[in-house]
Amino acid sequence: MSHATVQTEELTYCPHVADSHPSYEPVVLLPSAWQRLWAHSGARVGLVLLALYMVCAALAPVLSPHDPTAVNLMSRLAAPSLSGPYILGADQLGRDILSRVLYGAGVSILVGLATIAVSAGVGITLGMIAGYVGGKFDALVSRFTELLLAFPYMIFVIGAMAVMGPGFWNLIWALSFKGWVEFFRLARALTMAEKSKEYVEAARALGRPTPVIIAAEILPNILSSLMVLATMRMGKMIVMESSLSFLGLGIPPSIPAWGSMINDGRRFLLTSWWVATIPGIALAGLVLAMNLVGEGMRDVLDPKLVSGS
Amino acid sequence: MIRLTKLQVRVVERIIATIPLALAVAVAAFVFMRMLPGDPVDIMMGEAAGVAQGEIEALRRQLGLDQPILVQLSNYLKGVFRGDLGYSIIRGRPVAEVIGEAIPATVELAVCAMVISVLVGVPLGTASALKQNTALDRATSAASFLGISMPPFWLGIVAILVLAMNLGWLPTSGRAPYGYEPRHITGLFILDSILTWDPEALAASLRHLVLPSLTLATGVTAVVVRITRSSMLDVMRADYITFARAKGVPERAVTVKHALRNAMIPTATLVGLEFGSLLGGNMIVETIFSWPGLGRVVVDAIFAQDYPVVQAAVMVYALTYVGMNLITDIVYTVLNPRMSI
Repeated sequence: MSHATVQTEELTYCPHVADSHPSYEPVVLLPSAWQRLWAHSGARVGLVLLALYMVCAALAPVLSPHDPTAVNLMSRLAAPSLSGPYILGADQLGRDILSRVLYGAGVSILVGLATIAVSAGVGITLGMIAGYVGGKFDALVSRFTELLLAFPYMIFVIGAMAVMGPGFWNLIWALSFKGWVEFFRLARALTMAEKSKEYVEAARALGRPTPVIIAAEILPNILSSLMVLATMRMGKMIVMESSLSFLGLGIPPSIPAWGSMINDGRRFLLTSWWVATIPGIALAGLVLAMNLVGEGMRDVLDPKLVSGS
Repeated sequence: MIRLTKLQVRVVERIIATIPLALAVAVAAFVFMRMLPGDPVDIMMGEAAGVAQGEIEALRRQLGLDQPILVQLSNYLKGVFRGDLGYSIIRGRPVAEVIGEAIPATVELAVCAMVISVLVGVPLGTASALKQNTALDRATSAASFLGISMPPFWLGIVAILVLAMNLGWLPTSGRAPYGYEPRHITGLFILDSILTWDPEALAASLRHLVLPSLTLATGVTAVVVRITRSSMLDVMRADYITFARAKGVPERAVTVKHALRNAMIPTATLVGLEFGSLLGGNMIVETIFSWPGLGRVVVDAIFAQDYPVVQAAVMVYALTYVGMNLITDIVYTVLNPRMSI
């Protein structure tokens, strides 16, 4: 973190550049956010790891040695072996674990992305309107979020899944139904802080319509903090998805998902440790990658957002 | 007339402000139950084949389900106030009883996990801040980062695999083996076995608590370490610390008396909130370890479509959460001298 900050200061300040040019020439060397993120050692590890997961997910049909859903009872619970047909072993139905883990990456990433997209979309829109307009709308939505916050997230999602039944989109709705609250609160607070600033007043004086002020003037100024929150929450959503699939309430069993694979393996823990352990390692790695990128983004873009390490 | 201090007024205000929220929570739990698919009467009657229509109607009347929805809501709210939460469809016992039995198990687990988190997290976070950028600090940061990223249910499974199955050190499920439970006083096995002085039950309960509470504590400890470290770092840079040092206060007293006390304010807030979510969010860990707490009761009830239990549990969870937030708020107000001015 400190390393990144120092470098940023050097690059923007550039005392040595100024010294070597006696006649003052403005040298703009503002590194882009990507460059600064890449300079952050934790974020770099996270980005590489994340890219690896994305490649695995996208190329799962090419990379998988077997059909992830092909049942082969002859090789049920086959142990992992580098020479055998199942490098990471097979599960209780003889399905290849490597192929299922590769396909599962896509499921986890898609659920994470879709949930964050829906939550952030709803939360930011409502939050910015509430923060800018205030009044009854703000009071109403804010009270509703307080009520939602009173329910623990997990019980809320489990209940919603019980109402709607397992399914990919049901899961995304269930996770987003409370997921938007955090985006709402952050967007609202940031908008309230921004709206009294001069540039917003100027836009108002110019007679720009409110929706334009919110979307074109304020949003670009608060986007970095919101992006940090989105990245930090992605890992949480992925864990929630696997937890629900683990309970049998998430992704339907026909689709290979890490959570349900871990649950499958639980019954064979004593004899076949690989069935539950391998998808778990894949899951922990993805969450770690998301958190590393999230922390890096926070350090680089918005050090004030959460007072962490 | 009673004269209240500003602090007391603030606390009373917070308590009063919680009442409408608690009421809204109870109503939301009722609405939630009505949204669940399936008719409770059909479920109670099984497949309803061979049951006379009259019997179904009688049961409906008995449960009050034939009345208008607002009357049902008001009856339900009256019941909640009296502590009457209805009957469990599957277990055929009062819901209050089912939930009352499960709560001590959940509380015991949450308290144990929280105690571990604070005992490990606070010293580690403080040491990490005082020795910033040393090997200890870096190792602690890396470990806490891993702790946050580890999905608890997977961690639980690995713990079972290594510590219970392969090494055979610890039991994998339940609170105590059959026949080893202490005599019931509070329902908290540790407390009960100490109160009745039953060393065997105490040992058995402690052994059963280790794996689930460590699994739950991992993530919380990591968060406690991080918040303690960062708030300690903030405080150590404050002017009054420099002033204390300039006065010649020994370094040890500076850290313990001046810094730690103020650094604990964010930690205390976090601990309160985390405790609330531990009480209300460990259904996964309880399921893995077959821990007979509220989380497992809810998950079982959802699968069995035992809606009165689900409804009551959702409400208990939410009220606990609201209550914990209230207590956290009050503790924060009391701890932070700036709030009482």
